[in-house]
Amino acid sequence: MFKRTRDVEVLKEIARQVRIDLLKALHHAKSGHTGGSLSSVEILVALYFAELRHDPKNPRWENRDRFVLSKGHGVPALYAVLAHAGYFPREELLTLRKPGSRLQGHPEYDLSIGIEATTGSLGHGLSAANGMALAAKLDKKDIRVYVLLSDGELQEGATWEAIMTASYRKLDNLCAIVDRNRFQNDGAMADIKDIEPLPDKWRAFGWEVEVLSDGHDFAGLLSAFDRARVTKGKPFVIIANTIKGKGISIFENQGKYHGVAPTDEELKLALRELGENI
Amino acid sequence: MSKSKLSDVVVDEIREHIYIREVYGKTLVELGREYPELVVLDADLTVSTKTSLFGKEFPERFFTMGVSEQDMMATAAGFALSGKIPFASTFAVFATGRAWEHIRQSIAFPKLNVKIVATHAGVTVGEDGATHQALEDIALMRVLPNMTVIVPADAVETEKVIRTIVKHQGPTYVRLARAKFPTIFKKNYEFEIGKAKVLREGKHVAIFAIGIMVYEALEASKILEKEGISAFVVNVSTIKPIDVETIVECARIAGAVVTAEDHNIIGGLGGAVAEVLSEHYPTPMRRIGMRDRFGTSGDGLQLLEYFGLKARNIVQAVHELLEFNSAKKSVSFK
Ligand SMILES: Cc1ncc(C[n+]2csc(CCOP(=O)(O)OP(=O)(O)O)c2C)c(N)n1
Repeated sequence: MFKRTRDVEVLKEIARQVRIDLLKALHHAKSGHTGGSLSSVEILVALYFAELRHDPKNPRWENRDRFVLSKGHGVPALYAVLAHAGYFPREELLTLRKPGSRLQGHPEYDLSIGIEATTGSLGHGLSAANGMALAAKLDKKDIRVYVLLSDGELQEGATWEAIMTASYRKLDNLCAIVDRNRFQNDGAMADIKDIEPLPDKWRAFGWEVEVLSDGHDFAGLLSAFDRARVTKGKPFVIIANTIKGKGISIFENQGKYHGVAPTDEELKLALRELGENI
Repeated sequence: MSKSKLSDVVVDEIREHIYIREVYGKTLVELGREYPELVVLDADLTVSTKTSLFGKEFPERFFTMGVSEQDMMATAAGFALSGKIPFASTFAVFATGRAWEHIRQSIAFPKLNVKIVATHAGVTVGEDGATHQALEDIALMRVLPNMTVIVPADAVETEKVIRTIVKHQGPTYVRLARAKFPTIFKKNYEFEIGKAKVLREGKHVAIFAIGIMVYEALEASKILEKEGISAFVVNVSTIKPIDVETIVECARIAGAVVTAEDHNIIGGLGGAVAEVLSEHYPTPMRRIGMRDRFGTSGDGLQLLEYFGLKARNIVQAVHELLEFNSAKKSVSFK
C-alpha cells in the first residue's frame, strides 16, 4: 500500500533512486531533456510522496488532488516518480520515447499512468490547472491542484493570462511551483530574455509568493506546501530556486545538457556520483 | 527508355545526407553579409533551428525572443514595417500553431515582408513525439491569403529557396524538418517560386511530392519502372501559389495521381492537388501522408516506416489506383 511520508531522509533516498531511474531511461531513449528533469526531482518527490492525496492503485479516484506538469519536457522525472509511487512498473521506464509507449517524449493525458494533462507546448499547464481548480470549486470538492512551471515558460504571454485568471478567481485551492533553474534552451535566461524581478511580478498579479532559496531542500518544500494549504483567498506560488542538472557534477548549470540524453560515459559517471554500482 | 526520362538535375546516386536546417543557418550567414537590413528572430530554439550561426556572426541583428512565439511574430511584423527583412524561426508547430493569429492579422493581412522559416515539421521530429510534430502547418499557412508556402526537398533546394525568398516581397512560410535529408539534386537545380519541377517524365501515373517524400517518390518510381509502370515524379516545392499548369499537364497525360507528404493528407499537398484537379481536370487520386492522426515518439526516419510514408507505400497506392482505373472502365461507378 502506498503511504505518504514527511521523513526527509526517506524522501532523499527516493530522490536518489528517481535520479538513477530517469537517467537510465533517458540514456536508453538516447534523447530527451536531462537538465530540466534533474532540477525538478525534489519538487516532484515532495509532491507525490508527501503532499498530494492520491492513490497509485486507483488513479481515477475522483477526489484525488491533481498535478499538472506544465513544463512537459521534464517528464522523465515525473515518469520515474510515478513508477516509484507504484503507478506502473519501473521496467516500463525503458520504453520512454518509443512508438506506441505510454511514456511519450512529452506527457499525454493518460490516467492509467497518472498523467493528468497533455503538455509539452509551454504555457498551457497553468490554464489547465486553473480549469481543474475552478471545477473543484464548482463541485464543492476539497481537491487541491498543483502545477509545475518552468521559468522559461514564464516568457509565454499565455502563462500571464492564466496567472491573472487564478488570482481574479481567488483560486486558493491552487498551488503553482516555478522550477527556477535560470536556464532555458538558448542559455542563461538573463542573457536571453530576463524575467526578474520575478517574486514582485507574481505579487503584483495578486498571488501569495514564497521564495525557496534551495528548491532541492525537502524541509523547505514541505513547509511551503503547508503554508500554501492554509492560505485563503488567493493562489499560492512557490518560486523554488533550483540547479539545472542537479545532482550530477558535469550536468549542473550546463546549458548544453538541456535537451540531450547522457552518453554511455556520462551515464556511468552520473550513476557513480549517485552511489549506484554498475 | 525510362532512364533518360530522369531530369538531369537529379543525382544518379545518393551520396550525402544533410540537415537542411543547417543549410538554412549557413545561408542566413551569407545573406547577412549581402543584406544589412536582414534581421533574425528566434524563440528559444536557436541551436535547433540553426539561427545560432547567424547570431554568432551578427549579434546586433539577432534577437533572442525567449519562449514567446506570438511576441516574436508580431515583433517581426514591426521590423518589416520599418524596412527590415525579418526571418523568424522556431519549430513549425509553435511558429504556425501558437502564433497563427498573430501571423494572420499582423503579417499576412497587411502583406508584410516577413520570412517565417520553421524547422522540425512532420513526424521526422522523432522522439519528442506528437506535441512537437507539426502535421498541419502547411494547411494553416496555405489558408492565409498573401502567404507564399514553400517546402524544400533537400539541401540544394533549401539553399536556393532561402536565397530566393530574401529577394521576394511578401509573407513567406518555409517548412524545414529535423532529420537529415538525402541530397537528391545536383548543384544545377534551379528553384523558382510557383514552379513545380518534373523530376521524371512518366506515362501511367503522376506522383506529386514534397519534402523528404520527394526522395521516397523517386525511389518508388524506380520500383514501378521495373514493373513496367512509368511514373511522373514532380517536386511541388511551392505549395502556394501552386503550379496549376504543371499539375494538370501531368495528370492529363497520366490519368492517375498520387500525392506524398509528411503532413496530414487533409489540407496539405494532397488537399491542394485535389483542389486543383477537381476544378481543372478531375483525376482519380490517392494521398500518402498522415491519415488524419497525430504522431508518436520514435526514431524520426523509422516513423516514416511506422506511418506508411515510404516508397513501397507509394507503390502500393499506385497499384490500387491503376486497378481502380481499369475496373472503372468496365464497371460503372457506384
Ligand atoms: C510553446 C513552446 N515553445 C518552445 C518549446 C521548445 N522548448 C522546450 S523546453 C524549452 C525551454 C526550456 O527552458 P525552461 O522552460 O526554463 O525549462 P527547464 O530549464 O526547466 O528545462 C523550449 C523553448 C516548447 N516546448 N513549447
